[in-house]
Amino acid sequence: MSFEQFFQYFLSGITQGSIYAIIAIGFNIIYNTTGVINFAQGEFLILGGMIAVSLSAYLPLPLAVALAVAVTMGVGLLIDLVFIRWLAGPSVLRLIVITMGLSILLREGMLHLWDEKVRALRHFTGSEISSLRILGAYISPQALWVLGISAVIVAVLNLFFKFTLAGRAMRACAANSLAARLCGIRTRRMVSLSFMLSAGIGALAGCTISPLTQTQYDMGAPLAIKGFTVAILGGLGNSMAAVAAGLILGLLEVFSVSLLPLAYKDAVSLAVLLVILFFKPGGLFGRREEQVLKEF
Amino acid sequence: MPERRYLPLLALAVAVIGIQLAVSAAAAVYYLTQLTMSAYYCLVVLGLCLLMGYAGQISLGQAGFFAIGGYVSAVLTTLDLRSLAETPAVKLLGRLGFLAERKDLYENTLLCLAPWSAMAFALLLTVLLALMIGLPVIRLKGHYLAMATLGFGLIVFRIVLGTRFLGEADGISGVPPFPLFGLRVSGGLAWRVENYYIAWALVFLCLLLAVNLVHSRVGRALRSIRGGEEAARAMGVDTSRYKLATFVLSAVFACLGGIFLTHYNGGIGPSEAASMKSVRYVAIVAAGGADNLWGALFAGALLNFLSLRGTFGSYDDAFFAAILIGVMLFFPDGLLSVKGRGR
Repeated sequence: MSFEQFFQYFLSGITQGSIYAIIAIGFNIIYNTTGVINFAQGEFLILGGMIAVSLSAYLPLPLAVALAVAVTMGVGLLIDLVFIRWLAGPSVLRLIVITMGLSILLREGMLHLWDEKVRALRHFTGSEISSLRILGAYISPQALWVLGISAVIVAVLNLFFKFTLAGRAMRACAANSLAARLCGIRTRRMVSLSFMLSAGIGALAGCTISPLTQTQYDMGAPLAIKGFTVAILGGLGNSMAAVAAGLILGLLEVFSVSLLPLAYKDAVSLAVLLVILFFKPGGLFGRREEQVLKEF
Repeated sequence: MPERRYLPLLALAVAVIGIQLAVSAAAAVYYLTQLTMSAYYCLVVLGLCLLMGYAGQISLGQAGFFAIGGYVSAVLTTLDLRSLAETPAVKLLGRLGFLAERKDLYENTLLCLAPWSAMAFALLLTVLLALMIGLPVIRLKGHYLAMATLGFGLIVFRIVLGTRFLGEADGISGVPPFPLFGLRVSGGLAWRVENYYIAWALVFLCLLLAVNLVHSRVGRALRSIRGGEEAARAMGVDTSRYKLATFVLSAVFACLGGIFLTHYNGGIGPSEAASMKSVRYVAIVAAGGADNLWGALFAGALLNFLSLRGTFGSYDDAFFAAILIGVMLFFPDGLLSVKGRGR
């Protein structure tokens, strides 16, 4: 493999990986406040993409994306209000099954609201044939948008969790929900906020990748399972580790194509998921002491 | 009174015969086709019910085991070995009685594995895989378990969809009938009534096994695991062994369903391995009440029958998702559960 070729693969790997990382962060935000994996996370990406594609026919692109994010956040809030909030002390299994059902309902809803056609948002800058040359490799400007927006999302979230009251309150919920409530934090409100935040991040990511990977009603679940793999790989709940894990999985997937048939690409990341679950369920970056105390 | 647990089985037998008589009397024998197919899906449901309700484990990968059963049978009974007939391995298989000669649609003679031996291979592979997946997976709980089994199911789906000799998106067709005590498991119209009884007899046998298991020492051990794993372990119950055994048993039930439905339909496609199928099985078990074999069986027979008749149209998946959500929101013990709520 020549250097140019290697670098080409590398660029495509980190582009993919950064999207996986964003999905994983969406998982982590909800997991941290509720202790639940939201299986419908992948659908947020597709919903955001779908709405943006439809709106972009009438509105300028940035406005269409902003509206799509807002509407998806509304859907996230609605999901929490209607299906999650009023349950008293639900078991994890119950919540898994509910969010799994929601992901199917959202998917089928999109199928009937739109249709089964593959759509794509306009490229943010340039078009599908424009490309930039970096160190002998070619990269679409949209891939740079993906990398840039992912980086901004991660940075802004970091600041949000460190320096704002709401962000700190959410972290308190993640550490100990009961203690947080005793300190006067309205934990239920934090749960709603986390659903909105996850939905919004997901929708933004969905819009950003739409020009590259297209948007179709049933593409959410495969994205979600990749995102989950990354979340586990980094250690569930640990958003910064998810970024590293996302890049690792993206690179692994892209380079697996040079060894295995393309049809098995998804099987590779699933195998990674199983191996991690079997041997190191705390994730690559989980500390040993923590793992002893945790239940998997 | 130990006999009381067999009374419902008798009721099932009466219902199965009654439905056949009623359907034949009403000259609507075509209903039997979907009833036969839903019987095979009910096998998966029964296995999953044991796993979810009695061992307290969720599996989102049952369609994977179903597909392994179906695909192994389909591949082995359609793979023509005539060009290899002189090799020692194939000769040995022939001497052991594992091979069967038959004619395909175009009157070509084929030499393939007999359905019986293909079934043995499918079951063997399923048990091995279930042990391999089960050993590490059984240690997991909640999300981790759900995701691990979902991941397994998705891998099976991807492999089936991406492999040339498994037919890729087309699946495998031309699977021969399964000869059984002078009858044959096939979709031919001449055998419709017989096949209806074969399928429900199989359900009956598996149910008998399950009912006896639930009421045995093993069943009590399993229920203690569901009630509280730590407590069960403290009482000396080897929890992981029981959970693993139930996982393997549920995989075998799913595999059996896959084998027979594939022979009945004469083929199998990748949609049988799709994760939506696995979710559907979970929805059915949840609707029937996870620790209620009879509820699960009833829900499985009814919902699969309606779905196969196309009652739900293009809202089929949405319907099962709605059931799943509705049941979990309002009746976490299942719609048909006899137990009071508020546990």
